[in-house]
Amino acid sequence: MAGKLKIRVDQDKCQGHARCKSLAPELFDLDEFGNAHEVGDGSVPAGLEDKAWLAQTNCPEIAIEVTEE
Amino acid sequence: MSDSASIMPEHPPVTDWVNDFDHTDPTWTENPFPIWEKLREASPVVHTERFLGCYMPTTYQAVKEIAYDTDHFSSRRVIVRDVRPEITARAPPITSDPPEHKPAKQLLLPPFTPDAMKKLEPRVRAICNELIDEFIADGKCDAAARYTKHVPVRAIAHMLGIPEKDGDLFIKWIHGILELGIKDDNALMDAVREMTGYFAGHIEHRKKNPTDDLISTLMNARDKDGNPLADEHVLGSLRLLLIAGIDTTWSAIGSSLWHLAKTPADRERLVAEPELMPLAVEELLRAYSPVTMAREVMKETTISGCPVKAGNMVLLSFPAANRDPAMFPDAEKVVIDRKENRHAAFGLGIHRCVGSNLARMEMTVAIEEWLKRIPDFRLDPAGKVTWSEGTVRGPRQLPMLFGKAS
Repeated sequence: MAGKLKIRVDQDKCQGHARCKSLAPELFDLDEFGNAHEVGDGSVPAGLEDKAWLAQTNCPEIAIEVTEE
Repeated sequence: MSDSASIMPEHPPVTDWVNDFDHTDPTWTENPFPIWEKLREASPVVHTERFLGCYMPTTYQAVKEIAYDTDHFSSRRVIVRDVRPEITARAPPITSDPPEHKPAKQLLLPPFTPDAMKKLEPRVRAICNELIDEFIADGKCDAAARYTKHVPVRAIAHMLGIPEKDGDLFIKWIHGILELGIKDDNALMDAVREMTGYFAGHIEHRKKNPTDDLISTLMNARDKDGNPLADEHVLGSLRLLLIAGIDTTWSAIGSSLWHLAKTPADRERLVAEPELMPLAVEELLRAYSPVTMAREVMKETTISGCPVKAGNMVLLSFPAANRDPAMFPDAEKVVIDRKENRHAAFGLGIHRCVGSNLARMEMTVAIEEWLKRIPDFRLDPAGKVTWSEGTVRGPRQLPMLFGKAS
């Protein structure tokens, strides 16, 4: 059963490539240094699941975790 | 002219790539991809006695292990050269290791965020169109000399607050440092000295006449104790921004147009489906990554099972990593809408290129504006495409004909 997706950016791994922000601007924000974090609590609204996975599979540092609740 | 005594003997042609590689060999300059395949088949890490001893990781995995291991691999030298003179002209943060690296990098990051680049984008679009205006009526041009070179030169000059017309000077210094400097120490030192003098003048001027450009931003920066940066730090970072900001993006835009000139299917698809540009730019960055970095081995260790000894340099080839079929299906093909693409064109780990958002914006805008004005173009069979040697790879002559082939 596919549940709701949740995303989290590992702050120790993120190096600010900003690929996630470019591919899924609804799900990620950048800080003043350009490093990424998830919007809100990381819950992925219905319809944006593909974008969450796209961001995850394009992060060069493998800093994005996607989990199913 | 440089003192010829400082020039090392000519490099003999390579016959045994696996045990004697040389990234300045003309065969590599012309077409490195088959060489990287051969090296990767032989071992995840190969070695050459050239350059006073140098390793090269050939797989994505091995490149990543080295990029992440700042304990065994120092960034104090970031170009593989024939000589290893005492380190004098630093360029923080690219030449910094932890713990000095992070504060130096954080100073440079805010001016280069995607939002900051959005503000610069209209100027870059205008620059592209001003350049195209100069040659479009000719029906042909050397795109490297007339277009791809000038986009990053003018953009970084605009950011730094220095005259865009000084671009030819910048290009001369960069050629001295990144190409001639591999084999000729005097060429490198002359370029560094001239560049330092140039920026010192701009810093002095701003002490009396403050501006709101990137030079002033660095001059006004404070370290964690509230002290201004030493002039030497400001000068080093300015040298870095100029060196790293120009022929890298020049190369990336040039390789992209070179690919589109000889691949009508991809060109037509981008013209018809401009929404593919973000994926296309990433794929062109993967397939034709311009920048190869270096590290110096500080302590003996093992990379992908291969012993690596102190005192050697490492040719850290992100371009070769990006062609590794274990990481990228159909790695040798340009898949213009590739969906999964963890390419390492801007490096991996703490030294991720500070200008990556600038480079992506410049590439996107330069390709978009070119395609809008010149949707059909091809390589001029009467001309010859030539490639830069060594650290940064891209076309330096790129003769094009406009319009459909008749």
